[in-house]
Amino acid sequence: MEEGFEGLSQSLSGLKRTFRSGKTRGVEWRKAQLRALLKFLAENEAQIFEALKQDLGKHPIGVVKKSADHALLHIQKWMAPKRANYHYFCFHQELKYCQNHWALYLYLDPGISPSHQHARLCLNAQSLFIWTSAVKVIEGGSDVAEQLLQQRWDKIFFTGSPRVGRIIMSAAAKHLTPVTLELGGKCPVILDSFSGSDFKVAVKRIAGGKWGPCAGQACIGIDYVLVQQNLAPVLVESLKSCIKKFYGENVKTLQSICRIVNKHHFDRIRNLLEEPGVAASIVYGGSMDQDNLMIEPTILLDPPLDAQIMTEEIFGPLLPIVTLDKIEESIDFINERPKPLAIYAFTKNKKLKDQILQETSSGSVTFNDAIIQFICDTLPFGGIGQSGFGRYHGKYSFDTFSHEKAVLHRTFFPEFEPRYPPWNDFKLDFIRLAYNLDYVGLLLLLLGLRRIFTPNRSR
Amino acid sequence: MAMGVETVAEDLRSVYSSGKTKGLEWRVSQLKALLNITTHHEKEITEALRSDLNKPELEAFLHEIAGATSACKLALKELRRWTRPEKVKTSMTTYPSSAEIVSEPLGVVLVISTWNYPFLLSIEPVIGAIAAGNAVVLKPSEVAPATSSLLSKLLREYLDVSAVKVVEGGVPETTALLEQKWDKIFYTAAAKHLTPVVLELGGKCPVVVDSNIDLKVAARRIISGKWACNSGQTCVSPDYIVTTKEYALKLVDSLSCELENFYGKDPLLSNDLSSIINSRHFDRLTKLLDDEKVSGKLVIGGQRDRAKLKIAPTVVLDAPQDSLVMNEEIFGPLLPIVTVTKIEDSIGLINTKEKPLAAYMFTNDKKLKEEFIRSVSAGGMCINEIALHLAEHTLPFGGVGESGMGAYHGKYSFDAFSHKKPVLQRGFNGDVAARYPPYTPWKLKFLKAMLSGNILSILRALIGW
Repeated sequence: MEEGFEGLSQSLSGLKRTFRSGKTRGVEWRKAQLRALLKFLAENEAQIFEALKQDLGKHPIGVVKKSADHALLHIQKWMAPKRANYHYFCFHQELKYCQNHWALYLYLDPGISPSHQHARLCLNAQSLFIWTSAVKVIEGGSDVAEQLLQQRWDKIFFTGSPRVGRIIMSAAAKHLTPVTLELGGKCPVILDSFSGSDFKVAVKRIAGGKWGPCAGQACIGIDYVLVQQNLAPVLVESLKSCIKKFYGENVKTLQSICRIVNKHHFDRIRNLLEEPGVAASIVYGGSMDQDNLMIEPTILLDPPLDAQIMTEEIFGPLLPIVTLDKIEESIDFINERPKPLAIYAFTKNKKLKDQILQETSSGSVTFNDAIIQFICDTLPFGGIGQSGFGRYHGKYSFDTFSHEKAVLHRTFFPEFEPRYPPWNDFKLDFIRLAYNLDYVGLLLLLLGLRRIFTPNRSR
Repeated sequence: MAMGVETVAEDLRSVYSSGKTKGLEWRVSQLKALLNITTHHEKEITEALRSDLNKPELEAFLHEIAGATSACKLALKELRRWTRPEKVKTSMTTYPSSAEIVSEPLGVVLVISTWNYPFLLSIEPVIGAIAAGNAVVLKPSEVAPATSSLLSKLLREYLDVSAVKVVEGGVPETTALLEQKWDKIFYTAAAKHLTPVVLELGGKCPVVVDSNIDLKVAARRIISGKWACNSGQTCVSPDYIVTTKEYALKLVDSLSCELENFYGKDPLLSNDLSSIINSRHFDRLTKLLDDEKVSGKLVIGGQRDRAKLKIAPTVVLDAPQDSLVMNEEIFGPLLPIVTVTKIEDSIGLINTKEKPLAAYMFTNDKKLKEEFIRSVSAGGMCINEIALHLAEHTLPFGGVGESGMGAYHGKYSFDAFSHKKPVLQRGFNGDVAARYPPYTPWKLKFLKAMLSGNILSILRALIGW
């Protein structure tokens, strides 16, 4: 499965040859690949679910299929050149448009060691693409990733941690390769006060948004909650009953929730709870099943703000609740920390909503829900600052891997003398008037009725 | 100088955090101030450009002052529209919800500019940065010192110095600046802080000249885009020409005739021709000319005057592919012509080199033109013209591959310095139980149906079919 450096270079040359042959540019080829991807998903659904269950204890999700469907539907429109309007002073018609080109790219997803199932899936995926000369899957750990990074790519798309993001970007800089970095961050929830039924819905969505996506191991997963002091007790109680209903009460018999991906992360998350003051702030949960790499949904109330659990992305099923005197303080709290990938604000207060939008910066903002912005294809998905840059989903995916080439078309007639040397005052006046769209002035100039004040300066 | 520079990013950051630069009124006031500079200080700007580059007044006006003025005016006119959130459609999957994309400033940005269009290439990115609501530091090129100090003086006089700063200096100052944390770096000519960048670099911009065209007009446009643009010291200037063996001599004749019309019999005496920026570049260019692979193939020009730092418009015919002049960006008044047997071969030839910032073709052959656009990757292209795509603010200006990344001009400048933040609004009604655990096969079926967006599947799932 692992190719040596020689093998990698060869793979890459093969890919370049294929690209240069023009095969990948035609709309038919692209549609064929997208259909093949859909076929792969349909035919291997059971195996994909099995592999995800083995790797992560994950439950099935249909997002990839939806994205492929969306792309198939729209690709011809996305590929069409766009006409731009011409505003410049000119007498004749000119047409301009941009056009997109497909580029060679590398998609890296390190950090998860593949299970046997995962490997078989990769091979199946590869064989289903009509031309594997254009699409390759290369597996391996950080040593393979390093080798890949030494090659020259037209674009690198990376999803992972800021630490590795820096390594990727430095390597890309050597070849001036543009990158898209989808990193992470501590995505906060701002929870305002609500009446009965709305509050229940909010709590369900927060619980679903925390432990639903991969037991908290998601870049856009909820990291911590900000709430006003007086609401904290009822929030904790509601979350407890939600957890029991959704997942169960015993760490050994939890349902509908993923496990931690591997021992390294399991230990990392366990260590978060062992810092002084943190364990004492646990109000629910905290039990762990090391054999099965399961950690039960855990709630903490006001852990120390300088503990690692509050300074690093948790990426696990621990939910700190931080209480404030007034909910408006959440804005400063968030701004004192690195920009997150998403902010989730549960509020009906328009003033607070506007404040959040104007005064905070984040990859995205969702009001009164969590995670769901991920499946809205018309919204770009990406980070800012430490949470990354570049974006994708829907047409943004198409754009992120394209170069929008500006193309200007001109005819040979008519011609404008003033643009050519030798220059003199007449030509300078002409150009000045033309730039200011002063048609009357131009006419006067051409008729010789506009006085020229300064003497001819040529030579 | 380097000492004060260390804290400039931090200082700006506290001003940015106060929210000052985000207000529309502030942005408008700064853009108006920039417009005042370009309209009321034309004489000083022209003099500085003449001093730095011996730039003719017309070039100074047309390429730099007019360009900066129209970018300012456009930003002022469109700012309200650009800052308005963009509403986008939502689908069944997030029903009920509304969605929009909100542009927000990145924060504190660094613009590092260059020497060949020192006024324009400093002001234009700064316009984009301010329009988008950022605080900005401009580092003009020290290689054009008169313009650098004029920019420093004028921006200090007219703009809000707490949020817009000019830092002058050379390598030590630039290095000190790059050590700091920025939210974006715009460099014409960052991994430490995960800073996104826009790089406007260069490349060898080819011109393909087909036969069956209006040769006189083509020759004049080539000359205009090459020598009447800072004596070829322009990132989008034609670098080399590709034409057929048969047509080459006709092209040379036409170029020779029009060059004489424009610059006279002795171009070194023409006031309409810019000088080379400094002796280092002058020596670099004469080295290209004196390369033995090329020195015997000059068909036009070759004259030089080191005292005045001037080189006459020079054309080389059939420069070999391994000569110096065909292997680096010329950035000067030398123009090699490369000949091919069939004009279609030009495309393959261009694709053996790195992707350029611009590529040009003069032709009336629709099929050839379409093949060119489809097969050659470049930052931008013009058909039957040189460099004019830069004047069109609705076209993005930027490179690809070695010629750079990111784009600007017009609204693209605003976008380059913005983060387009998606915002999804939901209500509490219409909450779907199927999304919450415990998960059941029915919930899975329902969710699959919802994600497919297919009404029939959803209905069937609801009925339990």
